[in-house]
Amino acid sequence: MNLTLKIWRQKNNSDKGGFKDYKLGGISKDMSFLEMLDVLNEELSAKGEDPVHFDHDCREGICGMCSLYINGKPHGPQQTTTCQLHMRSFSDGETITIEPWRAKAFPVLKDLVTDRSAFDRIIQAGGYVSVNTGGVPDANEIPIPKTIADMAMDAAQCIGCGACVAACKNASAMLFTSAKVSQLALLPQGQVERKTRAEKMVAQMDAEGFGACTNTGACEAECPKGISITNIARMNREYFSAVVSSQNV
Amino acid sequence: MSWVSKTLSSTLGRKLLMALTGLFLILFLVVHLIGNLQLLLPDNGESFNLYADSMAHNPLIRVVSIGNFAFILLHVIYSIILSKHNKNSRPVDYAVSKASTSSTWSSRNMGILGTVILIFLLVHLKGFYYEIKFGEMPMVDYEGVTYKNVFAIVAAAYSNVLYVVFYVIAMGFLGFHLSHGFSSAFQTLGLNHVKYSPLIQKVGFGFAIVVPALFALIPIMMYIQSL
Amino acid sequence: MILDSKIPEGPLAEKWTKHKFNVKLVNPANKRKYDVIVVGTGLAGASAAASLAELGYNVKAFCFQDSPRRAHSIAAQGGINAAKNYQNDGDSVYRLFYDTVKGGDYRAREANVYRLAEVSVKIIDQCVAQGVPFAREYGGLLANRSFGGAQVSRTFYARGQTGQQLLLGAYSALSRQVANGKVKLYPRTEMMDVVTIDGKARGIITRNLITGAIESHSAHAVLLCTGGYGNVFFLSTNAMGSNVTAAWRAHKKGALMANPCFTQIHPTCIPVSGDHQSKLTLMSESLRNDGRVWVPATQETAEKLRKGQIKANDIKEEDRDYFLERKYPSFGNLVPRDVASRNAKYVCDEGRGVNETGEAVFLDFRDAIKRDGKDIISAKYGNLFDMYQQITGENPYEMPMMIYPAVHYTMGGLWVDYNLMTNVPGLYALGEANFSDHGANRLGASALMQGLADGYFVIPYTIGDYLAQNPAGKIGTDHPEFQKAEKEIKDRIQKLLSIKGQKTIDHFHKRLGKIMWDYCGMARTEEGLKKAKAMIKELKAEFWSNVNVLGDNEELNQSLEKAHRVADFIELGELMVDDALNRNESCGGHFREEYQTPEGEALRDDENFAYVAAWKYLGEGQEEELVKEPLIFENVKLTQRSYK
Repeated sequence: MNLTLKIWRQKNNSDKGGFKDYKLGGISKDMSFLEMLDVLNEELSAKGEDPVHFDHDCREGICGMCSLYINGKPHGPQQTTTCQLHMRSFSDGETITIEPWRAKAFPVLKDLVTDRSAFDRIIQAGGYVSVNTGGVPDANEIPIPKTIADMAMDAAQCIGCGACVAACKNASAMLFTSAKVSQLALLPQGQVERKTRAEKMVAQMDAEGFGACTNTGACEAECPKGISITNIARMNREYFSAVVSSQNV
Repeated sequence: MSWVSKTLSSTLGRKLLMALTGLFLILFLVVHLIGNLQLLLPDNGESFNLYADSMAHNPLIRVVSIGNFAFILLHVIYSIILSKHNKNSRPVDYAVSKASTSSTWSSRNMGILGTVILIFLLVHLKGFYYEIKFGEMPMVDYEGVTYKNVFAIVAAAYSNVLYVVFYVIAMGFLGFHLSHGFSSAFQTLGLNHVKYSPLIQKVGFGFAIVVPALFALIPIMMYIQSL
Repeated sequence: MILDSKIPEGPLAEKWTKHKFNVKLVNPANKRKYDVIVVGTGLAGASAAASLAELGYNVKAFCFQDSPRRAHSIAAQGGINAAKNYQNDGDSVYRLFYDTVKGGDYRAREANVYRLAEVSVKIIDQCVAQGVPFAREYGGLLANRSFGGAQVSRTFYARGQTGQQLLLGAYSALSRQVANGKVKLYPRTEMMDVVTIDGKARGIITRNLITGAIESHSAHAVLLCTGGYGNVFFLSTNAMGSNVTAAWRAHKKGALMANPCFTQIHPTCIPVSGDHQSKLTLMSESLRNDGRVWVPATQETAEKLRKGQIKANDIKEEDRDYFLERKYPSFGNLVPRDVASRNAKYVCDEGRGVNETGEAVFLDFRDAIKRDGKDIISAKYGNLFDMYQQITGENPYEMPMMIYPAVHYTMGGLWVDYNLMTNVPGLYALGEANFSDHGANRLGASALMQGLADGYFVIPYTIGDYLAQNPAGKIGTDHPEFQKAEKEIKDRIQKLLSIKGQKTIDHFHKRLGKIMWDYCGMARTEEGLKKAKAMIKELKAEFWSNVNVLGDNEELNQSLEKAHRVADFIELGELMVDDALNRNESCGGHFREEYQTPEGEALRDDENFAYVAAWKYLGEGQEEELVKEPLIFENVKLTQRSYK
């Protein structure tokens, strides 16, 4: 396969950045998208040019580190992570435009690498059950209906890649935040801090500068793990009932 | 900040206001439509004029109408605040975007749709509401009592083809606005359930077609009658 | 040099309890006066950082990824073992202990393994309390499955994403402590060196991966929870960033590296498809519960298959060789990983391998789908099947999957005593980074168990013993040792950047990987290992004279990051070869062709090699010194492993 790559290059956070075109040949359909970029980077390195920086780690679709906006869609044309996208999804001679996630809360660090620490801070605001190590009851003393456990697992599968933010026209982090709020709201373990959690996580999400939700459903459609927007509705419920009934004035 | 203002300045709080005001306006559309459909009764406007009169003198309706204006205003103001916030959340836009593969056009353009509807609303209020309230009105007698002949004003307006076309197009925009807004309001309120959401979706879709269509039918019919 | 493993006296089952009583405690009010550095935020690191912060210590947590949640523990699929015996099928702490020691081919410490089995039950309690959504039965209680050759169902799981859920649990506990101000987080920060003062670990030198800033961090204790070094093979199931640098720098500062040649080759990975391959993808071993492993019975059929003249489904039952079921009737497809991997290699070496490369065997679900129906199989393995299809473009519901072994886990690592402390006082190693619990081969679903055991339930006790004997109070970073270490790192960076040679970093990494895979992989010979050693020496010299590292230090520079890591992998590779050469026996993942039974099984030499081979760094260019820690088995009888 021969390709034309239109890649966003930006030296650092304060650089303005811009697109640069690269021609790349000899690409196999069996390569993953990132392996295709590896080939490009090997060529660039051999020529003494700075390789294209992009985030990636596990290359198994689970760590959530890879994050490219490919041809107008987060993680490209398939509903999967970029590392699981293979070149057979593209055709010979195609021009592929690669951009970083675009959001105020995800500033670009270099080329296609963005800073997603805002997600960490949202979790730090309350995405946990406050139990210390040790001193917990036997695991089977907390029976959980299978359907509830499965729903919690559906929400818990979020890999924190940020594709929802990238896909949303408002760069909203509602799907990410609601996945964690939902998981813990569904489980008995999460009940104790339920109200405070919803209030704090929503407040942090806003403080990070993410947009509001317009319920377009783009996040769900692009989420590589298929996290549902029913979680957003659940978080809304959690939040509204929390603000009117919690003790936090 | 008190918890109330804190909540109402959060993105979720703002969306809650959008949803609640939106749902109220949806309800208003139904009431308004039922009243207006009387324009099509073959009684030369009598029932419509009587209805208009009763609306103007019912204290409850007057309170509701003030509320209605307030809600429209809130809906507009909060949409501006939210749109501005949302725009700021992505300072640099994508060069290539295939948003159409993952969401509907109307859901992404509620602001544009809403703006057109707002313009329509202003014209609509100027043409009817303002005229009826403050303008010089033709009068009509029914069983010895004199009423404002609102029907005459409407009929005159709807004999103008440009006005009718404008009206019909605006209703199209309303339809698209509702096609997302109706179910979206429920989602924002957290009312998403595997059993009921499909129904809400269907009702919302039907509502977005039927209500604007009936609204549009009135000027069309009246224009035809005026020929 | 004599290594003191500090194994407590007394009967096996009482050692840990007694030890917990005997260790010194740090007064609750004093804990806030101690600083602890935790490098790595995987299961071991995140759980340790959170637990120590909960106790009151001031923790600094470092990771090279952009978030602690991305550590490679997240990719573990199958599950986590615990001796809960919820299934009433005869499991017990002793049985888990016994299985682990036996599975490790008797090259692990009894006391450590017993403790691991003992605390395993608490891990499940802890994770459930955190909200980890383990699989449940309809009655609401926890579900279990049998895994990786175990005869009991003791594995807890969360679909095919157990590692993810456990890590997110530990990450949430860590995040809570960040919010409490007890943990300071340093993401996108790589540890470059350990700083020792008067023989004790007193801090680390880091490089900020965004700005390139070289910084010193001091602490009363340093915990290395930096995972394994499987990427020395270039192709492995490890994440692209997984590296040995932290452990290797510690090694060069005096910490012994134990059993480095013990590498686990996982049998069920997606085969290599071409030279472009950047990493290998593991599919959970649980697939072997229902999938049947086979190759064509004859070379001719295999040949036709490779050429695409016939399809797998065309091959009749009698022309298939279900080689694991044939050779190991009682364990069948569920033999331990090393046995399964080696046998796959054998049949491929015989020319019966499939795939275009001839380096793959089938894992067939045809019979399972016939027996249970597609829905049941899909419910169990749906996500794995999807992943397989995504990568290979083939539908495993219709065509048998193809698998081949790949490097997956390293049992070897930094030598630690019973307290998880290396021989450098104040320097600890947890999780895969240490060598302690899995001997020469790790059982499935035991890595998650060990990482969390070390972090949640061992280090919070044992670190107190050391800290209580060391004065509290701030340690500054103005000591000359910090400046010296910083300078060394800066010099090394300058050196790397100034070589400006002809070859890329990956070029060297790939070459190293090939040497390691060919000569120090699934099967090793003295001759091959000697050859490998010479090749690695050559490679090292070439690297330092001809590598091309682009860019500057003062920026986000992935080439420079990689260069550091590959340089350390090359040195480690040589030590692995030394270790493999020294161990004149076959055990677990270490298979020396010279030492095998007539049936081709690993032949241990308990008389001469029942010891931990710990290696001491003596200086640049010098051969490392072997220090032996004898392994004493008081509770289990050493037998030839048999899965027939």
